[in-house]
Order: sequence, then C-alpha cells, then structure tokens
Amino acid sequence: MVRDTMRGGERTAHDSGPAALGGERVAYDGDPARFIELDGVEKVFDVRRKAGLLRREKHQVRAVDGISFTVPRGQMVGYIGPNGAGKSTTIKMLTGILVPSGGRLRVAGIDPSRERTRLARRIGVVFGQRTTLWWDLPLRDSYCLVHRMYKIPDARYRENLERCVELLDLGDLLDVPVRQLSLGQRMRGDIAAALLHDPEVLYLDEPTIGLDVVSKAKVRDFLRDVNADLGMTVLLTTHDLTDIEQLCERVMVIDHGRLVYDGGLSGLHAVGESERTLVVDLERELPPIDDVPGARTVRVEGPRQWLAFAATASAAPLVAAVAERYPLVDLSVREPDIEAVIAKMYAERSAER
Amino acid sequence: MVDGIRAYGLIVAMWIRSTMAYRASFLMTTAGNFLGSGLDFVAILLMFSHIESLGGFTLAEVALLYGATSTSLGLADLFLGSMDRIGQRVRDGTFDVLMVRPAPVFAQVAADRFALRRLGRISQGAVVLVLGLAGADVVWTPLNVLLIPVMLVSGAVIFGSVFVVGAAFQFWATEAAEVQNSFTYGGNTLLQYPPTVFAKDLVRGVTFVVPLAFVNWLPALRLLGREDPLHLPGWVGLCGPLVAAAMAALAGLAWRTGIRSYRSTGS
Amino acid sequence: MWLGSGLLLPAPALSGHGTGAGQSALREATPRQSDGKGEHEMRLYAAVAVNGFRRYATYRVATAAGVFTNTVFGFIIAYTFIALWSERPHLGGYDQAQALTFVWVSQALLAACALLGGGFQEELQERIRSGDIAVDLYRPVDLQSWWLASELGRAAFQLLGRGVVPLAVGALAFDLALPADPLTWLAFLLAVFLGIVVGFGVRYLVALCSFWLLDGAGVTLIAGLATTFFSGVLLPLNAFPGGFGEFVRTLPWAAMLQVPVDVLLGRAAGTGLLTALAFQAGWAVALLAAGRALQALATSKAVVQGG
Repeated sequence: MVRDTMRGGERTAHDSGPAALGGERVAYDGDPARFIELDGVEKVFDVRRKAGLLRREKHQVRAVDGISFTVPRGQMVGYIGPNGAGKSTTIKMLTGILVPSGGRLRVAGIDPSRERTRLARRIGVVFGQRTTLWWDLPLRDSYCLVHRMYKIPDARYRENLERCVELLDLGDLLDVPVRQLSLGQRMRGDIAAALLHDPEVLYLDEPTIGLDVVSKAKVRDFLRDVNADLGMTVLLTTHDLTDIEQLCERVMVIDHGRLVYDGGLSGLHAVGESERTLVVDLERELPPIDDVPGARTVRVEGPRQWLAFAATASAAPLVAAVAERYPLVDLSVREPDIEAVIAKMYAERSAER
Repeated sequence: MVDGIRAYGLIVAMWIRSTMAYRASFLMTTAGNFLGSGLDFVAILLMFSHIESLGGFTLAEVALLYGATSTSLGLADLFLGSMDRIGQRVRDGTFDVLMVRPAPVFAQVAADRFALRRLGRISQGAVVLVLGLAGADVVWTPLNVLLIPVMLVSGAVIFGSVFVVGAAFQFWATEAAEVQNSFTYGGNTLLQYPPTVFAKDLVRGVTFVVPLAFVNWLPALRLLGREDPLHLPGWVGLCGPLVAAAMAALAGLAWRTGIRSYRSTGS
Repeated sequence: MWLGSGLLLPAPALSGHGTGAGQSALREATPRQSDGKGEHEMRLYAAVAVNGFRRYATYRVATAAGVFTNTVFGFIIAYTFIALWSERPHLGGYDQAQALTFVWVSQALLAACALLGGGFQEELQERIRSGDIAVDLYRPVDLQSWWLASELGRAAFQLLGRGVVPLAVGALAFDLALPADPLTWLAFLLAVFLGIVVGFGVRYLVALCSFWLLDGAGVTLIAGLATTFFSGVLLPLNAFPGGFGEFVRTLPWAAMLQVPVDVLLGRAAGTGLLTALAFQAGWAVALLAAGRALQALATSKAVVQGG
C-alpha cells in the first residue's frame, strides 16, 4: 500500500527538507517508520566450481538468505558482519545495483532494482576504498560534476557545498587536485560529494577505513551532525566498533546471509561476551603471563604478549597487576573487534542448536 | 536518451579538463597517437619501396583502404574507445560507483577516459584517405561521392558496435579485454590490405560472420570500380548503413544482456 | 603494528595485483641467518622472479584472450607477408617460409618481450608518480635488480603461456622454417633472454623519467612507438631499405626481436651467432649501467610526488 501512494502522490512541498529538490522528485509520504523496508529478501548466486580437469560443478550460494527489517526515517544504523556475510550484497540490493532473487525491498517507497536512476537521486553512497572524485582535478571540479549530473538547483548546491566545506573543513582543499589529498582528506571530500544532492538516505561502506585518529573523529562528528540536523537516514558498514559505538543507536549483525542480531550496541556486547585485549611489551622474552587474574594470554611474540580480558571489566587493575610482576616497557589496549564479537556470538548460536 | 547524452557530455568535459592538467603530455600523446597509427602506414610504404603492387593493388589504392578503415576506427575509438576498461572496473568494484549515479551506465562507460588525443588517429587516417582518393582511379559519380562519408560513418558504427559487444562480453569474462582487440585493431590491420591478399575463407568470415568488410572493403571496391573476390553483386557495396544498423542493434542487445547478467550475479 | 612482519616486504610485492601465492613465495625467501649474503640475495631475487611468474599465471582468462589475439594477428600479418614475398621473393634475404616464421615468432614473443607495452613499466611509473617509490628506495634491496627479477619471472610465464600456442598454430597452418637442431633452439632461448633484458633496460630508463616529468604518458608513448617500429614487429628490419636499414639494425631494439628470430632461423651461426649474442649482451650491459646511473641521480633528487 505504501507503494501505491508513492507513484501517483503529488509532491508535497516540504519547506526546506531534502525533498524540496529537483523537479522529478516525489516526496516520500509513506509510513516514516518503514522508510527502508526489507521483507524476506534473498540473493542467490550460481557459482561454478572446478571439479576435475574440465568439469565444472554448478552450485548455489545464498549470499542473502531471507532478511527482513525496517529502518525508520532519520535513524543511523550500523550494519556489520564478517567478510562474505552478505553485507555488501545487501547494500548492493538497497542501491539498485543487484536485483534480489526473492522478497520485497523498498527504499523511500522505491523499488531499487526497477528504478535505479530515480533512486540514485535520492540516495548518497560512499564507498570507503573507491573514491568517486576525479584524480587529476581540483576537488571543486568533482563537485561541479555532481551539481550538473544530479541537476541540483544552483542556490541549493551553493548552500550544501558551503555547509559541507565548513563542517568537513574542506575550505583549503577545494582547489587542490585530488591526487594530492591525504586519505583522510579524500574521504571527507568523498562524503561531501555524496551529500550535495540532499540524499534522504546515506550508505557508507567503511567510511573510516585507513584513516588516522584525527580524521576518524572529524568524519564521525560530521556524520553525527548530518544525521541530527538533517534527519538523514544513515546505514553504515564498518569493521571499526568505535564507529558504531559513537554513531549508531542500532546495530544489525549479519552472518551467513541471515540477520543474527538487531538491537542496541550494549546488547551486542552482552550477547557476544566480547573481550578486549591488553598488549604488553616486556623488557625481554618471557614465558606467557599466567598469574594475572581476569586475563588469559592469547598470543606471545618475542617480548610482546597479548592478554584477553572481559570487555566489561576495567583495564586498570589488570595493568597494575602486570606492572607489579613483570618488567613492563610499553602497553596498549585494543578494543574488541567486530569480527571477534561476531565469531563468538555465532559460535554460541550454533552451539545452542 | 537525452539524459545519457547529457551525462556523456558532462563526463567527457571532465576528462578533457583532466588531460589539460598535463598539457605537455597531452600534446605529446596526441602527436604520438598520430605517429603511432601512422607507423602501420610507414610499414606499408616500406613494403612498397620493394614492390609496385600488393595483391594487385597500387599504393594509392591501398592508401584509400588504409585511410578509410583508420578514420572509421579512429572515430569509434574517440567516442567509445575506453569501453574495454569495463572488466577492470568490474574487478576493482568501481563499476558499482557508476551504477549508483542517476545517469545511464552505458553513457558513463562510453565516456570513460575520453581522450582528445585520439583525434591523432582520425586526422592521420583522413590524410592518408585523401591522398589515396587523389592518387587512385576513383570512379567519380555523385553516388560515389556520397558514398565516402557514408562509408566512414557506417564503418565507425560497425567498429563501435564491436567495442560495445567486446565490453559486454567482459561482464562474463572480466579479464578478456584483449579479445576485442582481435576484431577492432586486428580488423583494422586486416582491412588496411586488399582483400585479394587473404584466403577466401577469411574474406567470407569478415563479410558474413563479423561483417567488417562493410567498413571499407566493399564500398572502396565500388569506388575503385573493382570486383570483390567473392563476386558479390555491386549493390552490396552500398549496404554499409544497413549492416551498421544491424550491428548496432546487436550491440545494444549484448549490452543489455550483459548488464542484466551483472545485476543478477554481481560479478 | 599488527602487520609488523608484512610491512618489511619490499614494495613491489605489495603493490598492484600481488597475490597470496606471491606473498608466500616471498616469505620463504626471507633471510635465514646461516646463509651468506650473496646466497641470500640470489634466493631473494629468485623468489621475486617466481612471484612475477605466479602473478601473471593467475590471470588465465586474460592469457587465453591474449593467445587468441596473437593468433588472429598472426594470420592477418602472415597473409600480407605471403603477398609481399610472392611479389619479391628473397626480400631481405628471407624466403617465404622464413618470413612467415618471423611473423609467428614475433607474435609468440610479443607478450614476453613486452613489445607492445605491458610488463613492469607502468607499475614502476605509478609508484614514482604516487610517491610510494620513496619507501622502496630506503629498502635494503637493489631497486633495479628487484624489478629485473620480477620482469624475468613475468616474461618466463608469458613466453610459455602466450608464446607456445600461437607458434604451434602458425606451424600447423603455414609452412615455417623452424630448425630441427635442439642447439639452435637453445641459442634462440638465450637470445630471447638477452632480448628481454635489453627491453627491460630501455623501459627502466623510460620509467625513471617519471622522476623528472609529472606525467610519464608522453615519454612512454614515444618509447612505445620506437619499440614498435625499430624492433621489427611491423616489418622485419632486414626488409628496411638501404642505409636506414643498416642503421636500424644496430639499435638496441634490434636486440629484442630481430636477433632472436635470426638466431632461430640459423642466419647467425658459428661466429655469427657469437657476434649476435655479443651485440645483445653489449646493449644489455650498457642499458643496465645507464639505468643504474639514472637511478642514482633520481635517488639523490627524489622528487617525490604527493605524499
């Protein structure tokens, strides 16, 4: 029924909202709680595998195996899972690149695979490791192309560019050829490029991968602002748990093509019983540390040792205990990575069966 | 369609600006393109320093063949020349970037790496063509005068269609970019020489299977008032536009099928 | 800090489309304390060459596509040569079978000798352009030897993967003048090896130009044209007329294709063979030395782009 109201719906002129853009656009007047909607979505690939010298066996891989969820307008969601779990396949279906093998999928009332170009005007996509910017041209030129290609009204374009330049600190970079930008600067440039046409949904694929601490912080601050101020719906995939911690009110975990968790981050930690790691550099090579309560040594490499401890516990008493008993040179604490949390969670899930 | 042409123009403009960031390099590569495509002709000149005719064709007649196919290939190369990068784009994932833009993917792929330096090949081909037309015994009738531009455009469309089919093929075999070179650059090399040089079966193949003969052989033979080695009726030399249209339709079909396959397999 | 050991690998292994297989080959080659320095270096470069071989071996479809294209071109050019040699038998001292042999051997060597581009050059230029080369220069491996080893590995694969089939097809479809004497084949392989080294020497110089030029595309193109024309890919150098022909046959490009084919055709036998090989070796040594000098100059200048 959402679908039906969409097609014929008159464009309700929002005063300043994202929908006030471009002649062809029709505002989403469906249920705001079901802004993104997946119902039993599947994607099955035929894979040919070598079986013997010339023979090839055909078998099916269910990359996405019946996923259902809805995302309300304005929510920021983390979409995570190990490599090959079906994350990017889902994103590709949501952006209209791939056609689902089954189920129903709507983004802002649009069926992505059928109306790919119409949807393209309403979504922004940032591929973490693939820049959409023009390598040899100043950053500004890439934005001009977006301006023309998305047919953004001039005033609107100027306003959006100004906002992005200010919030992402791009002022000095606009006239610099993209090839001369650092990775962090380029990522900020890419994010701005994805936002100039006022997308209603923003997909971010690993937006902080490879960035230094300062750049990561800048990117996160900006995303938080965009989400809060503009009410933009954001779906982000990442391997960096800190991204999720700082940005997302909701996390979805996918594994083997199925949604295995959907809820808050705290719940995820509880389910996954995740562990943090204390990395200690000792003065010399020593046998594995085994007399510190609450921690177990998981790896030793020369004088460096890795100690795992519960994510919910404080690191301080542990550090004190190690420092007291061993010749400590340096140390660092590693946050639990999502792979580990999920691996653990998944192992438990299958053990329950 | 309008959207596609618009997007093509926008992206082409970006590539031209990109090249102009290295102006010296642009001038060098344009000159290089001119000389590079001319090397084939230098080889022909070297051959003719030893002989009077090749396969019964004089130097001017060979120049006519050479100029016609080079100009056509040059035009196709200018407008669609980097479509063979599509396999690379599929492999490194940048093809998806094109898919999330509000413009037809074909226009974006066609405009990819647009390079004005390719005017080098076109102008070199055109120069040789004019020399050939001037030196050879062309039967100058009004129809034949009209035939020359028609031949060049049809030839460009035929080569362009091969580019597109080759690009579409890469949706299934992403590393197979080189196969299409056999038909474009290889075809060009073939067409530079008189059809009488080649085995009959090869000539039949490029007439009836991959109809490259319509790029220049058949129309040029008509211009020269010569019989073709397969003894086809004379009006066949005028069929270039029909063959070009059929090839373009086939290419469109191949492209659609390729995109559909990509969107269902994602590989 | 988690990648510690991985980062110590010399750069080319990490760049481009390096494969898992290649990386493991390198790991096997990491220093063992007991070895002498020279032995260790040999092992290292051998592993690099193996890496180069494997890297290209993973692209099976691309290899098949290349074989197809070489074969198609072989047929087209073969027919034009038949027409040429039937007008002028014994042109350039070749009979028709020898001319056809030239065609098919040149198609077989096209990829291995990178006569129409390919190989390491683009990758090295890209590293210079992006500034990654700065990292390579500080590594305790010799840059030139590293790339040469990698290039030899690549060439070895392409000689097998892209050379054998086109030559076999050519021999089946046409009457070729292939020698029966295994020693001639052995001499041919040696000449091919030297030709590849000469080709490497030229392209290494071209690639290093990127230290001084922001964009190496122009130089690359001119160098590519020179190779296409002066190597004999278009027309055997002995069919080039008069004094021009004689001059062209003394240039380094002649060592890449013309000399190996002439060795295979037995046109350079006995002392002639030694002269031919010495001609190639001379150019190889001269070019490698020039590359080394230019490399030293580039290192001291080290205009590193971007950053």
